[in-house]
Amino acid sequence: MNGPPGADRHTLDLAIIGAGPAGLAAAVTASELGLATAVFDEQFHPGGQIYRAIEDAPERAGAWLTLFGEDYARGLELVRRFRASTANYHTGHSVFDISPGGGLGVLGPDGARWIEARRVIIATGAMERPVAVPDWTLPGVMGAGAAQTLLKGAAMVPEGRTVIAGSGPLIYLVARQLRAAGGNIVAVIDTTPRSNYRRAAPLLARAMLAGNKEIRKGLSWRRDLKKATPIFRTGASGVRIEGRDAVEAISFSVAGRTERVECDLVLLHEGVVPNTQLAMAAGADHHYDLVQACWRPKTDAYGRSSDPAILIAGDGAGIGGAELASEAGHLAALGVAADLSQISQEDAAERAAPAFSKLAGKAALRRFLDTLYQPRDEVLVPPDDETLICRCEEVTAGELRRVAEMGCSGPNQAKAFTRCGMGPCQGRMCGLAAAAVLARASGRSFAEVGHMRVRPPIKPITVGELAALDGVGQPPDMGPLLPTGQEDGAGE
Amino acid sequence: MFKRLYERRRPVAFEFEGEEVISDEGDTLAAALLAHGVRQTREAPVSKNPRAAYCLIGVCFECLVEIDGRPNRQACMTQVRPGMKVRRQRAADGTEGGGAQ
Repeated sequence: MNGPPGADRHTLDLAIIGAGPAGLAAAVTASELGLATAVFDEQFHPGGQIYRAIEDAPERAGAWLTLFGEDYARGLELVRRFRASTANYHTGHSVFDISPGGGLGVLGPDGARWIEARRVIIATGAMERPVAVPDWTLPGVMGAGAAQTLLKGAAMVPEGRTVIAGSGPLIYLVARQLRAAGGNIVAVIDTTPRSNYRRAAPLLARAMLAGNKEIRKGLSWRRDLKKATPIFRTGASGVRIEGRDAVEAISFSVAGRTERVECDLVLLHEGVVPNTQLAMAAGADHHYDLVQACWRPKTDAYGRSSDPAILIAGDGAGIGGAELASEAGHLAALGVAADLSQISQEDAAERAAPAFSKLAGKAALRRFLDTLYQPRDEVLVPPDDETLICRCEEVTAGELRRVAEMGCSGPNQAKAFTRCGMGPCQGRMCGLAAAAVLARASGRSFAEVGHMRVRPPIKPITVGELAALDGVGQPPDMGPLLPTGQEDGAGE
Repeated sequence: MFKRLYERRRPVAFEFEGEEVISDEGDTLAAALLAHGVRQTREAPVSKNPRAAYCLIGVCFECLVEIDGRPNRQACMTQVRPGMKVRRQRAADGTEGGGAQ
């Protein structure tokens, strides 16, 4: 959609969505190159999730930066450069709509408006992969990253008996940080399958060349935790949450033996996946990445998507971590500057070279981590029929299997059958697992079954806020976002 | 459920289900409620089972609350304001997909 006639067209060269490492770096580079740039972010301070509350860190004294380590401290420099840039910074703003060609519906404290920029960089980062296990909807279950968010953003630690269960480097990082901050970690339950270690082993030597420090750091965290945590298990599977109105215990199996640990808080984590909501809403082409087990937008080396006006930078384009995300943001800004003839293609390539070589240098480490922490099948396709896949509309894996048997073709038709994906989260939490369950039940690949279509508004907005947009009487046309010739089974 | 590592810097008082909560300036509403020991934010739309924040980054919509009479507010995306009146999101408000539709 092009927005109502009253909208200012193209006064902005570049709109950046997200103020994490990719968005901040993109803003810094774009400003340096003289592009009129605006950054829209849902949070109230720059940094995204990884550098959340980084500007508070000095006020909270040195111990705070020590707790989060040098990777976190690196964010300070990036945020300072961003603050010193000429980019316009809009906090507390969510993007509720994006159209092919890059028109944005933006909702802030002062209401909703349409933004037209010549280019858009989506830098919305990653989210934790939802971990659908029996009774994961009980209060007292949250993502390990969520606990880290509370620690960084609000300086809060869990008070009760806390269990961390899952796979990936973050479980060790979070366990370590919570413990150091006074949390009571009663159990660390690592669900990385033993077979992953065998598959990753041949990749280790090259990964060490690329990231010796990172790997040694990870191993030392693990060693420390093993010593310090009363219950430390590896190779666990079959995680279940138990409780009536809130968590009372977690159970799991190791080598066929089931164990139960009583606790007050369970932190689940099975890696992170790109937050593709906006890229999908814009209609950008995506592909299913079998190794990272998620959908990723198709992009070129600079982050250009299938839509010429839209680029995607950072973890939202595929998981690489904060350091590489800021390189990707820098590259995307260079791509925009070249596309808008602010600099020549040759100039862009020259300025991009150091970032490309940094990305290439870390590729072997990424391959190793992706292989070691590749999600096991029970994470992708929750096996228990009673597990809720769609938390909002309360649709179980069993119901999805039943509609698959009835011939349901995929996640979009499953909406009509079950309402799966039609609640307020709009499929953010169930999208991957619902499609995977349907694919498995009908004997097709994840890629074949496809993903839920994402339809605006993708953030809560009232009819009043929509009506108050410039150009009232010409309400935004929601039609063109649906691919033509495809019947959407969802209805409204 | 969660405890603060630091003293409140600039206390902010608001109401949750009619009860006074003292939070800190800059807290998200979701963090303030967790620090106050609130276990449940929304009611599941179908079963009415208790639900609470899962992701805290604006993705899961489990922390939906009603703020000053407006339903479907994400507590994790909202900063506390003095005197705000917050209620749990009840199922009746959420059965048709909440405000996102």
